[in-house]
Parts: sequence; C-alpha cells; structure tokens
Amino acid sequence: MSTSTVSPPTQRRAPVVRRLDTTQLVYVALLAVIVVGTVLTAMSGRSFFSSGNIASVLTLTSTLGFVAIGQTLVILVGSLDLSVPYVISLASIVGGGVMNGEESMIVPGVLAALGVCAVVGLANGLVVTGLGVHGFIATLGMGLIISGYLASNYQGNYGSAPRSFQLVGITLFGPVPLSTLIMLGCAGVGVLMLNRTRLGHHIYAVGGGREVSRMSGVRTHTPVVAAHVLCSVLAGMAGLLLLSRTSVGSPTIGNQGGYDLMSIAAVVLGGTLLAGGRGSIVGTIGGVAIFAVIDNVMSVMEINSFLQDVVRGLVIVIAVAVYARRAIPRRATRFPDRATAVTIGDTP
Amino acid sequence: MSGIGTADAPATRRDALPEHHGSITRRFLGGLVTPGGAVFVLALVLFAAVVASNPAFGEPDRMVRFLARSAPIAIIAMGQYFVIVAGEFDLSMGAVIATQVVMAGNLIGQDDSRILPVLVAMLAVGVLVGLLNGMATTLLGVPSFIVTLGMMLALSGLVFYLTGGAATGNPTDNFRSIGRSGVEDVPVIDLLPYPLVILVVLAVFAVWLMRRPYGRTLIATGDNPSSAAVSGATVWWVKTRAFILSSMSSTVAGIILVGQAGVHPSVGQGYEFIAITAVVLGGVVLGGGRGWVLSAAAGAIALDLLFTLLNFREVPSTWRDTVQGVIIIAAVALSGRAWRSGNKLPRMLRRPEADPEPPIPPAVPPPATGSQSAGTP
Amino acid sequence: MLAPATPDNAPGPSGNPGGGPLLRARGITKSFLGNVVLQDADIDLVPGQVHGLVGENGAGKSTLMKVLAGVYQPDAGSIEIDGEPQHFGHPLQAQHAGVATVFQEFNLLPDRTIAQNIYLGREPRKGPLVDTGRMRRDTAELLTGLGVEGLDPDAPVRTLSVAEQQIVEIAKAISFSARIISMDEPTAALADHEVALLYSIIERLTARGVAILYVSHRLKEIFDLCDTITVLKDGQMVTSRPAGELDESTLVRLMVGRTISAFFPDKDPDTTPGEVALELSGAGNGYVDGVDLAVRGGEIVGLAGLQGSGRTELLEGIFGVRPFSRGEVRIAGRPATLRSPRGAVRAGLALVTEDRKATGLALNQSIATNALGVVRAVFPRRTSAARQALPGLLSSLEVIARSMDQEVQFLSGGNQQKIVLARWLGTNPQVVLLDEPTRGIDVGAKRGIYELMRALAAQGVAVLMVSSELPEVIGMSDRIVVMRDGRVAAELPAGASEVQVLEAATGAGSGEQSDDQNDDQGGESG
Repeated sequence: MSTSTVSPPTQRRAPVVRRLDTTQLVYVALLAVIVVGTVLTAMSGRSFFSSGNIASVLTLTSTLGFVAIGQTLVILVGSLDLSVPYVISLASIVGGGVMNGEESMIVPGVLAALGVCAVVGLANGLVVTGLGVHGFIATLGMGLIISGYLASNYQGNYGSAPRSFQLVGITLFGPVPLSTLIMLGCAGVGVLMLNRTRLGHHIYAVGGGREVSRMSGVRTHTPVVAAHVLCSVLAGMAGLLLLSRTSVGSPTIGNQGGYDLMSIAAVVLGGTLLAGGRGSIVGTIGGVAIFAVIDNVMSVMEINSFLQDVVRGLVIVIAVAVYARRAIPRRATRFPDRATAVTIGDTP
Repeated sequence: MSGIGTADAPATRRDALPEHHGSITRRFLGGLVTPGGAVFVLALVLFAAVVASNPAFGEPDRMVRFLARSAPIAIIAMGQYFVIVAGEFDLSMGAVIATQVVMAGNLIGQDDSRILPVLVAMLAVGVLVGLLNGMATTLLGVPSFIVTLGMMLALSGLVFYLTGGAATGNPTDNFRSIGRSGVEDVPVIDLLPYPLVILVVLAVFAVWLMRRPYGRTLIATGDNPSSAAVSGATVWWVKTRAFILSSMSSTVAGIILVGQAGVHPSVGQGYEFIAITAVVLGGVVLGGGRGWVLSAAAGAIALDLLFTLLNFREVPSTWRDTVQGVIIIAAVALSGRAWRSGNKLPRMLRRPEADPEPPIPPAVPPPATGSQSAGTP
Repeated sequence: MLAPATPDNAPGPSGNPGGGPLLRARGITKSFLGNVVLQDADIDLVPGQVHGLVGENGAGKSTLMKVLAGVYQPDAGSIEIDGEPQHFGHPLQAQHAGVATVFQEFNLLPDRTIAQNIYLGREPRKGPLVDTGRMRRDTAELLTGLGVEGLDPDAPVRTLSVAEQQIVEIAKAISFSARIISMDEPTAALADHEVALLYSIIERLTARGVAILYVSHRLKEIFDLCDTITVLKDGQMVTSRPAGELDESTLVRLMVGRTISAFFPDKDPDTTPGEVALELSGAGNGYVDGVDLAVRGGEIVGLAGLQGSGRTELLEGIFGVRPFSRGEVRIAGRPATLRSPRGAVRAGLALVTEDRKATGLALNQSIATNALGVVRAVFPRRTSAARQALPGLLSSLEVIARSMDQEVQFLSGGNQQKIVLARWLGTNPQVVLLDEPTRGIDVGAKRGIYELMRALAAQGVAVLMVSSELPEVIGMSDRIVVMRDGRVAAELPAGASEVQVLEAATGAGSGEQSDDQNDDQGGESG
C-alpha cells in the first residue's frame, strides 16, 4: 500500500512573511508598549524599571488579571459577563463583613465571599442555558440586580479586613507583589484546566461549535455554567484583593475601574475571539499587562484620572477594531487574485 | 392568527390583496396580545395600581406632571429603540446626557443670548457622538456594546475632567424653564409642561419616521442585514443614522433634565440601562427586526409607573436597579418566545457557522405526464 | 484504474461470511411537506466494496444518504445491518451502528486540533487529566493507517486544506470503527493530487472490509472506484448494476433523458432579441475567471453547471456583491463598474438570490415591507407610487396571502419567491439575474414563475438564470451557458439535450478532468 504526503507543493497559504500567532503578537505589542512607556516615563523624570515602578505595574495587573482570566473562560464558551463590577463589590462586602477585623475570621470570610460569588455565577449560567438568554443580557440583568441590592443595604464602607489579610495586598517579594503571584497561579491553574481537563476541552468545543459538540455527545450546558461560576469566583478574588488593599469592604469599589470593559478588552487583545472557541489565558495575561503598563505610564505622567478614562476608552475601541479584522474568516479563492486583498489570515 | 400559506391555485386572476386582514377591532385586539401591545395594557394596569395606592395621583394635573417627569426616559427609550431595532446597542446614553447637561450649564451661564448658539452646539455634539458610535460599529467592525461602552468611558471621563467632578454652571432660568415650566392657563390641567409637549412632538415624529422609507429600511436591515444589502441599502449609513437618532434623543433628554435635575456630571448615570429596560419591556426584540417605537415609550412610562408604585409602597428607590435587572432578564426570555422568533445575537458574537437545519430540499422536477399533488414546500 | 480488494478476500471486521450485504435498505421513501423526494429506493452495501450513487441534482442522492446517516427518518422502508433491523432517530445512533458519513459541510471545530476533533466528547483520561499524549499518538496512528503522512495531530483544523479536513473526517469515522462510510461529493473541492490521495485511502478502507457509499457527479471517479453503481432519477431508482456493465454515456443517458413536457410556457415566436443589455469580457473575481458572456434584451440565458462551478459567484460579481477585479462589464453598451448592490440597482439590475430566507427576505416583516424594500432603499421618492401599484403587482403575480400585512415567514415557498420578485419588478429592471428561482417551490408556483420570466423577456428585459434543474434550463433558455470550475465550459443553443449540458458540466464527454488547484469547499451553496 502506498503512503503519500499530504501537503501540496505550492499555494496552500503562501505567507511571504511568517505571520505571528495572536498570542505572540500580544507579547510583541506589550514589548512595544513597554518601550514607549519607558521613554515617556523617562521624559517625566522617572525610571520605568525602578523597583517601585515595576511593583506598581504588577499590582495593577493583579486585580484586572483575576477578572480577565474569568472573562476569558466565559468568552471562550461563547458567552460574556458584564456583572463582574458588581460581583467584585459584593465579594468585598461579604468578605469584609464576615471578617470584621478578626484574624480568626479570615478563612470563613474568604469562603463566604467566594461562595456567594459562585452562587451568582451559577445563577448567570442557569439563566443563559435554561432561559436561552445570551450572556450579555443575562449578566447585564444580574449585575443590575446585585447593584440594587448593594445600593439598598450598604451606604458606605462595611466591615473590615484584619491586619494579616491586609498584608496579602501589599506584600512584595522584591518588585513582585504576592497578589500578582496568586493571580499568576490562578492563571496557571486555568491554563491547565483548559488544556488538560475534559471541562476545558468542552469549553473550547461548545464555544467553537455548539451543534457539532452536541452531535458528538458533549453536554453543552455544563461548560457554560462552569465557566460562569469560575468567572464570578475569580471576580470575587479580585474583590477580596481590593478589600485587602483598602482594608474595608465597599459597595462601589467594583465600579471604579471599568473592570467589565477592560477585562473584555484584555481578553480580545490576547487573541481570544469574541464569538468563542479560540483563545488562551496566556494571551489574556499579555493583554492585562498592556493595560497595566498604559495605566502606570499615565499615572507617572500625572495625567488626570478622568483623562485616563478617555485614553482607556479609545485604546479599547481601537484594539478591538484591529482584532476584529483579523478574526473574520475568509473563504479561499479559486483564482488567486492580485487585486483581491491578501487575507489578514489567522495562522496556526 | 397566522398560518402557513395554502397551496397555490391554478392560474386565474385574483382580487387584489387587501391591505389588512380583519377589521380594525380584530387587528387592535390582535396587537394587544403581542409583547409590543401588551406593554400598553401593562401601563394601564400599573396606572390603576398607582391610583389605588394614592388616589390623588389620578387627578389630571398630577398625571400630567408625572408624564412630564417621565418624558426624558420616554424620549431616550425611543432613541434606544432605533438602535435596538437595527440590531445594535447604545450604552453611551448616560454619558451623552451628562455631557449635554454640563455644556448647557457651563456655556450658557446667565446669558440668555447664548441659549440658541449653545443649543446648536449641543445638537452638533449629539450628532458627532452618534456618527462616531455608528461608524466605529459598522465600518470598524467593533461590536456596538463595546463601542458605546468605550464612548461612555471616554465621554464621562472628559466631562468629569472638565468639571472637576463637581456641580458647576448655572444656566439661566429661561433655559431651565424648558424642563421646569410649560404652557400656562390650560383648562383642566392648568399647566401643560414643556417636556410633555416635547415628548408628544417627538413621539409623533418617531412614528412618522418609522413609516417613511428610512424607517422601514431600518427595521428590515435589523431583521436581515444581508437581504437589506442585496436590496441596495447602504447598511452602514442606515445603522449610523440610528445611532445619531439615539444620541440626539439623549441630547433632548439632557436639555430637559437641566431644568428637572440641575447641572451635575452625574446626571443621567445609568440611563442607558433604563432605556434598554424600557425598550425590552416594550417587547422590542434584541437583535433587531421587530418592535414598535411607541411600545418603547410606553415601556418607559410603565417602568416609571412601576417605580412610582414601589415608592408609594415604601420600597426604597435604591432597589430600582434590581427591578430593572429582573425585568430585563424576564422580558428577554419571554419576548423571544412570544414573538415566535428567537433572540438574535449581535453579529460578532455569533460564529459564522453553517445553517444547522437541513437545506431546502430540491423540488422534484415536473413529471412527463400528469400532475403532482400540489403540496406546500 | 485502482483495483479494489475483492470482498471474499477482505479481512472484514464485520465477520460477514460469504460477502453478503452488510447493510440492506429497502423501499426507502421520503417526502418533505408534500413533495416526494425519494421513492422506494433500495440499496445494498457490501463490505470491501465501493457503491456509487449517481443522479442529477434533485434526484434524491443526498436524501438517501442522509436517511442512512440518521439525519432524516424515512416515511417508509427498512434498513438492516447484519440482518438486524435498524432505526436511526438521530445521527449518533447511526454512528453507533457503524455508519459514518462525510458530508460536504464538515462537522469539525475549526479552532480545535485534529486530535481534539477526533476525540471530541470522548477524550481519553489519565487520572483526572486528559491524556493528550495518547490522543496525539492514537491520532497519528489513525492517519498513518490511512496512508497519510505529514499531518500534525496538533494542527488546528482551520489551517488545513479542504482535502486534509476531509481526511480528518474519515479518520474520525474510522476511530468509531465505522463499517460503512458514506461520502457526499468528496472530490468537489479537491485538486488532482488530492483526489489521488483519496483514492488510495479508499483502497485501504476497502481492504479492511469497510463498505463505501460514494455519491458523486464526477463520472470518471465513479468508474475508477465503484464496484456497483445505482442511478437515481426523480427520486426513483433507475438501475443498480455492477460497474463493468456500464459506461459513461450510458450512465448519463440513464441519469437524464426524460422528455421535456409541455410544462414550460412557449416562447412568443415573434420576439427577437434586442440589443445586448449585459456584456462581460474576461470577468474574474477570484471565484470565476475569464468569463465572456452577453445577454440581450428579451433573451433568457440559462447558466448551467455543477455545484461549485461558480455560477452564483458570477452573478454576485455582476451585481457588485463580489465585485470583479478583472475584465469589463458593460450595461446597455456602456462600461460600468459595479462595486455594490446599490450601484447595480441604479444601473438597472436585479438579483434574486439563491437562498431567499438568508439573503432575500426580511422574514419578520410584512409582505408590503418586503415588496417595497428595494424601492425604499434606493429610490425612496418612488415609494408612494410603488405602494399604489403594489396590490396590482401582487395580483398579477398571483400571490396568495391573507393581506399585505402578513409576515412573509408564514407564506409558502412559492409565495415567498414571488414577493422577492415583486421587490425587484417594482424597480423596472433592465437586467434580471436569477439564482435557482424555483428551488424549494411546488409545481404550481413554478409554472407561475416561468410565465413571469417569459413575460419579462417579452417586455425586453434581459434574463440570466442560474439553475441546477436540467429540464428547467433546457425548457426555459434561449441559450445555455455551461460553467465548470469557474470558467465558461460551453455555450449551447436552445435545442441542446440534457445529455449535452451534463457532459459539458462534468467534462465527461471530452475526457477532461478538473485541473484547478486550491478549490475551496463548495464554491456555491447551491
């Protein structure tokens, strides 16, 4: 019996320049942003690479990082989570409230906060799968529901974090904050889950093709619900981190930071398709880092915080626009055409 | 009420198709059963409940003042309708309102002669925002919720920066009277508030617009953009105009709110969600192609009645967000089934996968003799 | 010609003694909404043999295949495997019974790797984690077992060519220990050397005792591969014979060759075609190339060809949906660059698309809204005049509905198509492009549409019609242009026979084979 090689001799995809895959691309972009940032920081008389500054940047990555990891899961499965700001606030309230300054209550506080968040995530997932409402709407509604609850029951700061819990937020190992390490640890677990567990594989599968997955016997509701639960729990960790840093629970802290939009933008920048099915947490971390550097540089340049929002808004829209073009699948043409635009295709 | 068309009869000239099926009454009742019609019933029911809670509310002058206070959200509900029926979202409404309010406050000052030029400037800003939202969505290909969220972030940042976050500016009473006063010496109700007049005028305009070629093209584009494109519609411009209408409605709401709520950069916060809730309550389908503009306005009124009812029942107004969240989820979940068409996702959130149902089976070619049983394909 | 292993020698996994049929289907009948698409079809699939299924479009080949795959449930008839009656209520059941199907639209997740696709839903585990190493190794084994080298199990499917994706589908089928594999037009999008690879894979499969059902238009391949050939025509079995007893021209004659009834309206003998209304010279847009075509006013030109030959793309090029990057287009003698549908409409063109639900209608809108769609979008000032003329127009088209308010999603297919036509007629086009105008429409409505086409031509409109139904092409066209692989293959006069058209479309008569590279899968969905 003969064996034959598959690759045809010529025009499969003829990239003149070897194209970068999207994960590599985001880290290249990060490098570029760091270079620009270094220059701008120097112009303001400071050093980007000073220990203190690196610590600042990394601190910025941790909160957004938690949220973005969760958002990655949800987007991969074909859904979305706009309730994260409110979940963050909720976690800080519950955590602060249960801990109430007592060292012995740290663990119960953490568990309670994350438990509540898991319930919220479960509710999100069930609305999406059970009621057939897209995640965008379901989580928008859920966020509003939580918002009303918080506004009605908590007028200001609530509860407090005991000393050793506060340390979590500020401990540094050299320039590397403990919080960043924890966040990267979560990222690692997330990567492992996505690549090496059935749940992870099914998250990709359901996001990439629900019908095809169903025809292959995958229970399509499970990955969706699981992704939402994990996303809310991770948002809860962001909330606990903020509790640790501010030492009090706050019903509005989640809204200060644009976490919903920024997390989605970080996920998209990292190469995950908004429609689901393709992407990685590794890429998302790159996206988070880019925003952290941008935020840091703006602070160093002492740009007014409101103007920072303007910059963020613009960066987000432009970043998604650039990635939107890449994600459109193009049908191969039969007659390669000089005039036809070369596809900004996706590479392996 | 509906049925699959019957088999075609052999070729004879038929009477022209009637414009409508059934008597006016029948159509009216039929309309009430749809989500878009039921919202009017809901509004009436809520009104009755409010009056039951507080009989004084039923007095004409109270009602009229209530409608005047609801006018801003009814107006933005109509604006949001245009965008949603086109298949998109506008989450920047609150920021536009804030921008307009702050502009009015700071640029007019106590100088009446500035009112007109500043109004023109405000409208221009509204058009610009709508243009940017629309073009970024259609030409850059960024999903509208991201574009408008980004616009909200940028615009509110700008507004807060320019005002330093504090209530500033104090426009002349003449300007504020747009939101505060009205036509005087009207029989029965004594004062006909300007906001109500504006609302009615805009509602009439909106209904008229939706019956015009543009309005029909808009809803057809939301229903099926590919088909609209083949029909020769310039889809990007059709949608962009919807965004402009939406920003303009936020502008008008802002103008009214200057009189009703004062000048502060946090005026209007969260209004986009109120608008979406109202639109969804009005039975307009997210994803586009279905729904009536007046139902959106009715949804806003119903929502405000609901809030008023909760007020009278001494439910703290801080629970409003929760109420909205529940309504949004419930209305979307139910409305999809009620209109008998599924909720469609924004284009970018959908994978371009093959149609899962079996393709239209090829019809069997005509036999050499005899006729085939005429079934419906 | 490859010699398939004889069934008696094949080490069949079925353990089927004496090479009797593995699958036996009898009396399979299926109708859709009153249209009988398959009637009393029988088929036997023998282990280690390739069974070819041929017939022109609409003959019922796809339907039969989908019944065997469990996608459709037959209205009547039985299926037996190894003598046991089977009932496939769902494709998964067919799969478990050992029947795998490779459709033209692959059931693959483009962003997942080959290994991940093959093991979707049954990922092997080592402890709590997925054993990706084993997935990779097993996949590699499957691929080499098919005789394929150079495919990386970790390559995402979207980076593969169509041929490679097809191999993945076949490998997936093997991994389920399929004993019967059906393939639907497997070479429609393959280049020559890829076809050769497919042949060798099929050879290996049959050697292992797999029974293959091979559905194709390409007669050369049918004769290269198949042991038995079944011909379907108009939903019925014409014959089922060993391949050795047939040859290409006999086959074509069996596939078609019906008498064209007087079903099609007569052409008005007095009409002489007018000036050239639409002219293409060397037009190309990446899917078609070098097309020269002219349509005169008053003429109906039929555009025939196999699925994937580029006919829809040609119409899309003319209409500005997929603008031409090469060549020239002239409308009424004057050069025109049509870069958008809007421009085309302004130039007096109209396009009735292939899939009215996807690109022809706004299903939630009323008849009136749909019928006025083009006027409102492009000529808004003519709207009130068009609206006044609408009842008359719908009447003359004999649209049956409750009122103009009715949502078009509730109309029958024929009526829906008439609304699409009404939409265009309201703009008084000079050139009308039709893509499968009577697809999915019952007989009565078809006649109405044919009459309409004749009436249009009588008024001097130039009509270019794409159709996959040979009787329709021949019955209605004044001239027939046949496309193949993106180019014009032949131009035939009005009296052409179905056989001539089919031969030009398949390249059968001339002994040519498709010679292009980088075909994608199914150039048109038609």
